[in-house]
Amino acid sequence: MSSREQILAAIKRNQPEQQELPVLDSFRHTEAGDPAAFRKVVETLGGQVYEITSYTEIQPLVAEHYTDVTRVVSIRPEYFPGAITGWQEGDGRQLEQVDLAIIPGQLGVAENGAIWITEQEIEVRVLPFITQHLAIVLPRTEILPTMHDAYARIWSPSAGFGVFIAGPSKTADIEQSLVLGAHGAKSLTVFLIG
Amino acid sequence: MHQNASSFLEKSEKKAGDLGHRQTINFNIGKYNTAVKAGKQQFADLTTARERAKNIKWRALDNLDKHLEEFEQNLTKRGGKVIWAENAQQALDEILAICKAKQCKSIVKSKSMATEEVHLNSFLAKHDIECVETDLGEYIQQLDGEPPYHIVTPAMHKSKEDVARLFAEKLGTPPDLTPQQLTLVAREKLRQKYLDAEIGITGANFIIADIGGVAVTENEGNARLSTAFPKTHIVLVGIEKMLPSINDLALFWPLLATYGTGQNVTVYNSIFSGPRQEGETDGPEEMYVILMDNGRTNILMDTEARESLYCIRCGSCLNACPVYKNIGGHSYGTTYSGPIGSVITPHLRGMESYIHLSYASSLCGNCTEVCPVRINIHELLLHNRHKAVEENYTSGGEKMSWFGWKQASLSRRMMNLVSGNVKNLFMKKFFAKAWGDDRELPVFASKSFNQLWKERRK
Repeated sequence: MSSREQILAAIKRNQPEQQELPVLDSFRHTEAGDPAAFRKVVETLGGQVYEITSYTEIQPLVAEHYTDVTRVVSIRPEYFPGAITGWQEGDGRQLEQVDLAIIPGQLGVAENGAIWITEQEIEVRVLPFITQHLAIVLPRTEILPTMHDAYARIWSPSAGFGVFIAGPSKTADIEQSLVLGAHGAKSLTVFLIG
Repeated sequence: MHQNASSFLEKSEKKAGDLGHRQTINFNIGKYNTAVKAGKQQFADLTTARERAKNIKWRALDNLDKHLEEFEQNLTKRGGKVIWAENAQQALDEILAICKAKQCKSIVKSKSMATEEVHLNSFLAKHDIECVETDLGEYIQQLDGEPPYHIVTPAMHKSKEDVARLFAEKLGTPPDLTPQQLTLVAREKLRQKYLDAEIGITGANFIIADIGGVAVTENEGNARLSTAFPKTHIVLVGIEKMLPSINDLALFWPLLATYGTGQNVTVYNSIFSGPRQEGETDGPEEMYVILMDNGRTNILMDTEARESLYCIRCGSCLNACPVYKNIGGHSYGTTYSGPIGSVITPHLRGMESYIHLSYASSLCGNCTEVCPVRINIHELLLHNRHKAVEENYTSGGEKMSWFGWKQASLSRRMMNLVSGNVKNLFMKKFFAKAWGDDRELPVFASKSFNQLWKERRK
């Protein structure tokens, strides 16, 4: 027998009988998520949130708040006119020197500040992780109350890679002291639009 | 006594008296406790959330064979390859075969207990393949030549001064760097490794049957970078990490984050459901998922201990355990330490060699209290002890002692036969050693209650 058959046979031999389990109601909500609550959580995670009404506000805000940013990648040209073009060419290594990536988010979760991103909108999987700083543009209307509400919406069978990002990269591996900027993006900015 | 047991006792004795160690651990666990208290606030009904999590894992194990086949089918559909490994050696051989086929010399690896369980790094080193740990805590431990001290916080026993000294010694940095500066050093060292490595290896926090996905959670970004540039991504995962549906993550991500580190949710929560697809510009060209048994079906067979397979490796029972806090993670001499390690290791690696761990508990029940998936950890420790007796793993001397104790205790006549002083002598002679050097033996009163009663009635 192959290892596959061995293991499956061992499981079949040993696994429990089916039992009736109590039904526990779902935690799903119908109301929209609260942008103010979302903002508060993102800020406690070490991110910044700016509420904007038009994409044209992004560029001045970036100029004002980032002093060390010269190479900017923007998924949509209207986010940041004059951003680098042709950045998609290559195996991802070409992005190693990117200072700031501005990407769209599909939806945000008010209870924990997580934002759902898939490769369909970011084009290059590694972009949000290799960039030194990350900015996510998220419509105000796409904020949901909880993770349960988010999962009811997110996965499509064609998606190969998806990620919830909540705040900038961080670690507390040395004596539990929090350090922002471990291996991924050192900072996270969210532009809430609408 | 088995040599593992005597070495465990010796190391424990030493660590329990090490005040510096205790201070570091208490400091770190204190910070963890504060964070967890705040993290739990996000749950409107924590008890129901935990009960639900337990039910989901229960359901996952009820149908584990079907879920594994479903997972395999879905991952394969998108070009992923599934490999089955019955034991550690098979898992290692499969990984080596992939490395050889890819002519791999350099691997980046993100934190994974399954790879610790099979001792992957030392195995690859023997075959001249460098395997670099990329999680900061694991990186520190690898520099120091030590295994992880804790499931979630691998370098928990080191103070920031210890880490600064270690970096100075191994990497030539100044000896007084702060945690911020040390993190930056690791960030820069490892960025080059991500770009150069041929293969990236990760574990999986969960495998998801309905989408054929591998779910990985992390704060640092190292797992994502480890799977970005290398052309091959290998996942090594135990078969029990199964969740039936992607929707289950809505509960398990927050639960694992809160109980693991006190966060609402971890920074990066990724789902991989295959290698690079047509039209995609980056990501690994090949993805292998190795589904490992390595003793897990033994646990499944044991109807009581079965629920220990619900474990999501959050580490909260370690942090809650008075024994762990005093003897530390390394004294156990096992990959999985603390209460859950003491429950599963005898099943995974043999009763005879590891049953002593099931006795390293006061059965205070704090582990059960803090378990997010409500595993009855302390009762399973008791269950292991019971099983050890039934399967004859206890010594003849112990059996004799208990037999004598039972005979005497059940007989009024024998209890009255000798005075308190004789009973005290008897205790000293037969039980002093088991009772331990650090606590006083109970003392029998010179007159028993029975005698006092009789005297009063005269």
